[in-house]
Amino acid sequence: MTGKVMSRFRRPERISVVGIVLWALRIAVIVGVVTGAIATLTSTNLTGANWRDLVIFGVAQGSVYALIALGYTLVYGVLFMINFAHGEVFMAGAFTAFFAAQGLDEAGILNQQPLFAMAIILAVSMLTSMITAVLLERIAYRPLRNAPRLVPLITAIGASLVLQYSFRGFYGSSVRAYPSVDIFSGTITILGIPFLKSQLLVIVTAAVLMLALYYFVERTRTGRSMRAVSEDKEVAAMMGINVDRVIVTTFAIGGLLAGAAGILYALIFNQVFFLMGFVPGIKAFTAAVLGGIGSIPGAMLGGLTLGVLESVGPFLLLSGFGVPSPNQLKDVIAFSMLVLVLIFRPTGLLGKSSVERG
Amino acid sequence: MTDREQQRIRRAAFLGAISGIVVIYFGLIGMIQAFVGREVVTDYLTLATALMGSVVLLFAWHASRVRHPGPEDPEPRPATRLALGAVTGAVSGLVVGAFLLFAENVDVSDILSSINGRMLATMAYDFETVTAIGFHIGTGIILGALAAGLHLLPWAMRRAAVAALASVILISLMEPLLRISLVQLGLDDVADFLYQSGGSTLEAALLVFLLAGLASYLWARKGPAARARVGGLPRAQRRTISLLAVALIGVVLLALPQIVGTFLSEVLGTVGLYILLGLGLNIVVGYAGLLDLGYVAFYAVGAYTVAVLTSAALSTQLDLWSALPFVVAVGALAGLMIGAPVLRLRGDYLAIVTLGFGEIARILAISDWLKPILGGAQGILSIPAPTVAGITLRDPQTLYYLILAFCILAAVVAWSLSHSRVGRAWNAMREDESVAEATGINTTNYKLLAFGIGAVFGCLAGALFAVKIGSVFAQSFPLLVSITALALIILGGMGNIAGVIVGALVLVGLPELLREFSEFRLLIYGGVLVAMMLLRPEGLVPSADRKRELHDEEPPEEQYRQQVSEPTAAPVVT
Repeated sequence: MTGKVMSRFRRPERISVVGIVLWALRIAVIVGVVTGAIATLTSTNLTGANWRDLVIFGVAQGSVYALIALGYTLVYGVLFMINFAHGEVFMAGAFTAFFAAQGLDEAGILNQQPLFAMAIILAVSMLTSMITAVLLERIAYRPLRNAPRLVPLITAIGASLVLQYSFRGFYGSSVRAYPSVDIFSGTITILGIPFLKSQLLVIVTAAVLMLALYYFVERTRTGRSMRAVSEDKEVAAMMGINVDRVIVTTFAIGGLLAGAAGILYALIFNQVFFLMGFVPGIKAFTAAVLGGIGSIPGAMLGGLTLGVLESVGPFLLLSGFGVPSPNQLKDVIAFSMLVLVLIFRPTGLLGKSSVERG
Repeated sequence: MTDREQQRIRRAAFLGAISGIVVIYFGLIGMIQAFVGREVVTDYLTLATALMGSVVLLFAWHASRVRHPGPEDPEPRPATRLALGAVTGAVSGLVVGAFLLFAENVDVSDILSSINGRMLATMAYDFETVTAIGFHIGTGIILGALAAGLHLLPWAMRRAAVAALASVILISLMEPLLRISLVQLGLDDVADFLYQSGGSTLEAALLVFLLAGLASYLWARKGPAARARVGGLPRAQRRTISLLAVALIGVVLLALPQIVGTFLSEVLGTVGLYILLGLGLNIVVGYAGLLDLGYVAFYAVGAYTVAVLTSAALSTQLDLWSALPFVVAVGALAGLMIGAPVLRLRGDYLAIVTLGFGEIARILAISDWLKPILGGAQGILSIPAPTVAGITLRDPQTLYYLILAFCILAAVVAWSLSHSRVGRAWNAMREDESVAEATGINTTNYKLLAFGIGAVFGCLAGALFAVKIGSVFAQSFPLLVSITALALIILGGMGNIAGVIVGALVLVGLPELLREFSEFRLLIYGGVLVAMMLLRPEGLVPSADRKRELHDEEPPEEQYRQQVSEPTAAPVVT
């Protein structure tokens, strides 16, 4: 009883500098978002069709982010480390598969048998990314399995640079454009909504892959051991699970998804080069955190949310303020999301585990 | 042959295959081709050959080594050891040979941009393919056996051999710097004796090899005694010795720009800026243990503050000295603004959030939105040169002194901070936050303080950068700057001023000197980060505290480091 009474009359905590800054930030963000949105919606000349196209584009790029984010989330789930080099795993697949695409295009197969050719390109990309991810784990991360948290992160940053510039050395520094496929260009109308064919393909492929992953993790034996390892490595090992093999499998699956994401990214943005992995990598990490890192549905949700926000956000929030060329600032929206989510809700939308400092 | 020996041979063969793959990797990223133009010992050894050879040496050395000799895993017999090294070298040569054969018959140069006739010829030492394969295997066996033979030498001689080899390569690579300095000092004869068309002469290389080997050997034998004798001197004499040393260093630092000329003074200026950045980041990362990946944001803030306040294009025109107080104030404010919201975060999240801040700063600076103030993609031009006592500092040689002055100031501030109450609080906090809090340290305030001071250092570096270049562009502030600063403090050793200086000289200075390296600078930075974390997390010049932390009794979470860094720790001389 007394405890309860006492706690009710507890002195308010001393107001700290940090607290003031955080509250100022919260208020600034809310005020900015609300006034920006109202100003835009009352004044702008964007039509409903414009907004719809922005949302569809957002969903398409969001599904690419989601696929990459799954790699972050899976690795984080079993190792509790941020695989900073995952963006480069994504780049490795897309960049390597470009040469497959070029070869198939020159042989004429790309336009005669587009689905068969796409399957080959996809396979090349996924395999390359998978091998990159597995090598990365073996060389850079495994020796540091029990190190303090920052050590593997610094290693991952280093590995990310090494991968970027190795691939620049392998394939050159020029920006390469994927050959276009005739049947994927143009639009298709479903339920009265015109979709760009390439974007629709991206959304469908990503959805299929995510369903496959969900089935794999929830229904198969390997998936079950992955979940067991992410719960508790030691206990899982005692139950006869080969933890090393599960970790390698996790990296491999993350790599496969990143490789697929690379091809889908190339379908939307059409270009590959050695630095292409960095920004999508950070954004996918944002997506993973936004959804709740370690959670598979969270990564999917986070990816889609971020994709749409990034596509719609600059116009919705900034053009109302009269900011010139708001699309230049779309990366600022993504990075601000990253900063704000990590500061105010590091557990993300669907996250359950407590994320304490340390 | 016993089972154990078979197992060791298999391991040696495996390592040999990896060694071959590493050599091929260097070829495929274009390194071998870039390095072939650079002589180490003119007419005898190019940098490309040295690179290929040292890969084989390293792997063979590793293959013939027993990490923890004991009854379970005894030292191999000398003959076995040599055989292990030779197997590694032979397999390595075989793998490289197989690659040469493949590349000769299958044309993949459309995909792998580094493959071309010249690169293949370099890798084949200009022989026909079949001869080259034999040559690779042969040299592999010799180099492998040599590396394995190192294990048979006493420790002091082994160290001397390695030091001698490293000195030859270093002296040769320093040719651009040393040659100019020698000529400026009027020692043309020495320069001509040492160097010839870009590399060392054979005689000079042999001499350096012998001298460096001898010096290293003598130091290993007599060094501890000499150090003990200096330590035993009376206080006044020790003081004189250290004062003399400081005076000597001072004279060298002051004379340096006059000796090395304009271009190298420019390089020294850049190194100085990175020393400043490193010292600042070191306060945040090394002292307080907060991994800040967005440090470039402060660099940019400092540069833009000076640019906006002093640029001739704007109405508010101050000179550098009256702008500096604003830079310090803006820096401290920026540090608090970024620091306050992120302090509650866990270490790795803090790193990513600061990275986000760094990117936001860069994108904002380049955007059309802030163009009226920051100039957008065109940047801010015509920042006036600073003046000191009526002298305008415009050329690299005089700017060097300005940067040097700030570096010394920053080093003194960093040193006194780390030896003050604040420094001890940071130390405690980094080691164990909960315990630090329990002893009455307000960790939030101390973290904020670290962020603020680090930010001021970064802003000052940015301010100097702006006046050095005379203009400011958003493109000058990529993530790379943060990564470079991080890499240099990790290479040198976290939490350590000497380490920052060594790191900046090696990572920023050397690539400027060696054009061949500059193309691979980022690759090397990445490699440095990975290798240091895997092999020697305390850095090249570890601070005494860190060394103790990492090598004596330690908390369980740090045990991995002991295991990893044990082989590199200096063995006790008996």
